[in-house]
This record gives sequence, structure tokens and C-alpha cells, in this order.
Amino acid sequence: MNLVIREALLAFRRAPLLSALSVTTIAFSLFVVGLFGLVAVNLQQALRDVAERVEIVAYLLPGAPIETITLAQKDIEAFPEVQAASYVSEDQALQRARTELVEFRDVLQELERNPLPASIEVKLKPRFRDVGHVNDVAERLRGFGFVDDVRFGRDWVEKLDRLRQIAAAVGLVVGAAFAVVAIIIIGTTIRMAVLQRSREIVIMRLVGATDGFVRRPFLLQGALKGMLGGLVAVALSYGAYALINRWLIHASFFSQEQAVAIVGFGMLIGFFGSAASVGRHLRKV
Amino acid sequence: MIKFTNVFKAFPKGGLALKDVSFHIAKGEFVFLTGHSGAGKSTVLKLIYAEQPATSGEVRVSGFNLAEARRKDIPMLRRRLGIVFQDFRLLEDRTAEENVAFALEVTGARRASTPARVMRVLTQVGLAAKAQAYPRELSGGEQQRVAIARALVNEPTVLLADEPTGNLDERATRGVFQLLRDINASGTAVVMATHDLDLVRQAPYRVIELQEGALMYDSAVDEPRDEAASP
Ligand SMILES: Nc1ncnc2c1ncn2[C@@H]1O[C@H](COP(=O)(O)OP(=O)(O)OP(=O)(O)O)[C@@H](O)[C@H]1O
Ligand SMILES: [Mg+2]
Repeated sequence: MNLVIREALLAFRRAPLLSALSVTTIAFSLFVVGLFGLVAVNLQQALRDVAERVEIVAYLLPGAPIETITLAQKDIEAFPEVQAASYVSEDQALQRARTELVEFRDVLQELERNPLPASIEVKLKPRFRDVGHVNDVAERLRGFGFVDDVRFGRDWVEKLDRLRQIAAAVGLVVGAAFAVVAIIIIGTTIRMAVLQRSREIVIMRLVGATDGFVRRPFLLQGALKGMLGGLVAVALSYGAYALINRWLIHASFFSQEQAVAIVGFGMLIGFFGSAASVGRHLRKV
Repeated sequence: MIKFTNVFKAFPKGGLALKDVSFHIAKGEFVFLTGHSGAGKSTVLKLIYAEQPATSGEVRVSGFNLAEARRKDIPMLRRRLGIVFQDFRLLEDRTAEENVAFALEVTGARRASTPARVMRVLTQVGLAAKAQAYPRELSGGEQQRVAIARALVNEPTVLLADEPTGNLDERATRGVFQLLRDINASGTAVVMATHDLDLVRQAPYRVIELQEGALMYDSAVDEPRDEAASP
């Protein structure tokens, strides 16, 4: 093992330029993937923010006893899809209307009787904010005797759904395309490193090295290069993120897991790229 | 030790490199493999160290039947052989010492004893003083000695040398040849491919001569020839 590490590190020292070039190439390939990832992450965040506004409002019949409503509210909160259900009394509704609809303040001021109904506002958990689940919950709310009418922006929720589907499909296709290009570029880079040492591989075999012995330093070296490239790519992405955040829009960065995934992706490509090209080489000797 | 039985070797493009070659080399023997350029000397050696498979016939080396040997057996076979290539095949970016150590480490030998064993063989070939030199800093003869040291470091039972004196002047040739004789005297079999007939005549060793891939003469089985008849 000792020897494997030494041989892998020696390769960096013996061919510093090529090694630096490999790491740089890997870093930039992954950086492009990372940039795309940033866009995807932020788009997702934006969609989540919009979905935050998905809300179902159940308007109540006048005169429903408050005890019944409180009990029902507990029931509704116990629905698996529901995050929160809050009761808004007639008075609170009027209060809200007065502050939100400033233009109609005079009209609202002069009312003799409050025309606004009481309601229960239901917010769904993030993963249930789509047409199917919203419909489902709305239907169940209609089942309560004291509920007069249930409203949610059906059109709007449907559009949001479609947008989400499109974003996911485009993200998948473009992301996969970028990933494939990165794999090809990184694979080629790794292959160059192996090719550069093909003479050495032949000699190792001729003096009695096993395939595994020849392969191991390359695998370690490939994984190391991939990891370094991944780290640099994350750092570059962070730089890009910081710039965008400062000059353009408020954006969000990768979660820790996502950053680790990029580095891991680099490591895996480095590892398997090396395995493939050393393997191809070994079959010849 | 090494046994060829009716061995043929055909290359995909190009005719028969070996035609019906049979011989047996015993433990501790010294054998000259001679013949004109293209006669098949290197091919015989390549078949022995399993770089090439025989097209037909049987090659046995150190207990292995090479036709049946699996890929993972081949490193084990090669560790019992010491191979000296015509073009040295040293690693340019490693010193003489590292080149020799490399052949030892490749076999997974324990590291503690490595430096001592490396120095011992470098001393044996007379290059202890140049242990830290890179191949480009060594003369052809010195590089050849490093190659021989590398072949010896695993204490092989057979040393295969392909024209080890091919690129050397007379003095260096005599030096390297004497080295091979010493190695043989200590019990290692030596198979030396060469077309240096002066060298062949100098020593009382067995001669196997190839001509266009066929075994023309084997001093171990055929009548001794007079000087005039040999090429
Ligand atoms: N890989 C190969 N592919 C095709 N033909 C080959 C190959 N290797 C050797 N040959 C042919 O086999 C024949 C024998 O070659 P070999 O290298 O054994 O000769 P040699 O006796 O070692 O010659 P030299 O003294 O020049 O080294 C030659 O005709 C050569 O062209
Ligand atoms: Mg030859």
C-alpha cells in the first residue's frame, strides 16, 4: 500500500506539468457542470418560493360554532399533506382587508355589517404542493358540514406544475449532456496521463508486475486528480456564486451534500477513467 | 528448465518466424543463440518470457506450459527469469538504483531488504559508484550493466539476454560477456542471443543456430563443425 501511494505521488512529481494540466482540465469540466448545477439549484429554489404561496382557503358558513371549528382545524392539521391550518375569523378578515386594500378603506370603513366570511387557510407541506394533492385536500375540506366553499388558484397551481415538469426535464437532459461531456474530456485527460507512461507499464509487466500492481497507482492517482479537480471546481463555482450574488441577484449556493457530490463525481470519473485506460493498455502487453 | 517441442511461430503479417524448433536447455547451462538478423533469435526469447504465444508446439519454462498458463501466471513466470533487452528498456526518469529497485518492488518483495539487495547487484556489475546516475548520464555499456543488474536482482534461475553486446565496443563487450560468465558460474542458466561469432568461438559453450526460423545446428546434439563450415 505504502508503495502504491509513493508511486502515485511520484507521478505528480515526475510529470508536474501534465498532472497540473489534468487537474485543471478536470476542474474546468466540472466547473461547467457546477455552473449548470448552480442554475438548477437556484431555479429550484425560485420554484419552491413560488410554491410557498400555494394555499387552500375554506370559507365557512356564518354561525358555525367556534368549538366545532377548532376541532375541525385539529383534524385538518392531522392530514398527512397539511403543514398548517389557521383559522381567520370574520373580524380578522375585515382587519386584513382594511390594511391590504387601502384604496377601499373608505368603503370598508362605512360598512354596517361585516360581509366577509370566516375561513380556514390551509398550507400544504412542500412536497404536496401540486395539482393532484391540492385537489385531494380541497375535496376533503368540502366534506366538512360548515364549509361553504373551497378556493385555490387552480390555473395557477396547474401552471406551476407544468413549469416544474419542464424545469426537471430540461435540467435532466442538459445536466446529463454536460456530465457526459465532462466524462469524455476527463477520460481523455486521464488517458493521456496513462499513455505518457505506457513504456513504463510495458516494462513493469516484463519484470514481473501483476496487473493489479500496475493498475493500483494509476487508480489512486486518477482518483486524486479527480478529487483535486472537483475541489477546484467547487471553489470556482463559489467564486461565480459570490460574484452573481454581489452584482446581480440574490442566489443560493450548493448544499454541503451537493458540493461533496461534485467532488465525488470527479473522483469517480478519475478512478474509472484510469481503470478503463490502464485496462486497455494492459490487454496489449 | 526450458523446453521447445516442435514450436512454430507465425506473425499475422509476415511469414513463419519459427519453423518446427525443438531444444531443451538444462539448469545452469550457458547457451548461445545465434543466426543472421531476422533468423528468429528474439522471437525464441519472446516465446520464453511469454510476450508472444507459440502458434503451435509446446513451450515449457520452469514448470509452466505456456500454452496453458493463465494471464495471472505470467508475472510469476517472469519473476523467475531475468530479462536483458537489446534496447535496455530502462526507465529514463529513474536513477540506476531506482531502476533496479523497481524490478524488486514490483514483485512485492519486502522493502527493508531492498536497498541492500540493489547495492549488491550494482556492485556485482561494477556500477555501485553510479547508483545515483540517470540512464542519460550513463554510457551504453553502463546502461547495459544496469539492465543486467535489474535482471539479476530477483535472483532468477535463467537469464535471457538479447544481444547484450550489440551496441558495445570490444572492451565493453568483453566486460559484459565476462559478467554473464560469472553469473553463469554462480549457477544461473544464461541464454544469450548474439551474432558476434568471435564471442561464440571464444567460449566453450553450447551453440544453437537458427536460420530463417529453422533450427540449423545445436552443438549439444549435432556433430561439432569445423571452423570453415560455420557462417
Ligand atoms: N511482431 C511481429 N510482427 C510481424 N513479424 C515479426 C514480428 N516480430 C518479428 N517478426 C518477424 O519475425 C522474424 C524473426 O524476427 P526476430 O526479431 O526473431 O529476428 P532476430 O533473429 O532477433 O533478428 P535480429 O538479429 O535482427 O534481432 C523476422 O522476419 C521479423 O520480421
Ligand atoms: Mg533480435
